Amino acid sequence: MIQVLFFAQVRELLGTDKVAVPASGIHTTEDLRAVLAAKNEKWGKVMTSDKLLVAVNQTMSNWDTVVEQGDEVAFFPPVTGG
Amino acid sequence: MSQQAKVIVQTQDFNVAEEYALLANDISDGAVVNFVGKVRDFNDGSDVTDLTLEHYPGMTESVLNQLAEQAYDRWPLNKVTIIHRVGTMGLGEQIVFIGVTSAHRKAAFAACEFLIDFLKTKAPFWKLEAGSDGDKWVEARDSDEQAAKMWQE
Repeated sequence: MIQVLFFAQVRELLGTDKVAVPASGIHTTEDLRAVLAAKNEKWGKVMTSDKLLVAVNQTMSNWDTVVEQGDEVAFFPPVTGG
Repeated sequence: MSQQAKVIVQTQDFNVAEEYALLANDISDGAVVNFVGKVRDFNDGSDVTDLTLEHYPGMTESVLNQLAEQAYDRWPLNKVTIIHRVGTMGLGEQIVFIGVTSAHRKAAFAACEFLIDFLKTKAPFWKLEAGSDGDKWVEARDSDEQAAKMWQE
């Protein structure tokens, strides 16, 4: 499984802070995003936002970053700390 | 050999005088620069009554340590302290503390500004503002992104 976390507006819009996704057939963050976006219309809208950011194992990543069994992947909006 | 930065993410407030005293106790340093970010009562034309900071535990600490490491690589620094609060804060409360010491002021000023510019665009924190219009997530600013890019040239 791949552990998937959601933060801030993304978490709020989806109504959940985490899901586990079977790793089979998923090779990159883009693949994972497509699987989640296919769940329904709401998930499709949130997961295809052009502002969405992704981190793999707590490191900021891109849409071609490799994802493997046991990884932790997080989706979130642009950051606003400080 | 680079020094170890002090990096803390916490819900409770911090004491600037105590943090300054810890930074300033080394007589080889001629400069101590501190920055404190606070909750203000307005944003984008709306009033704000309080602010809630969410973060990504684990990744936040690791990004802040990496930023401190980059600052040590770029400037001759001695001490670096980064404290960032999470949770709900009222108007006027302190959100973030950045402290840098160096033999000379230029390095200390530059490193402090670099750290806050990068923290605002790289560290996984998100602000939720409460106001008379209800709760609103703070949008990322292009000006913050540009400020961070300036350091890459």
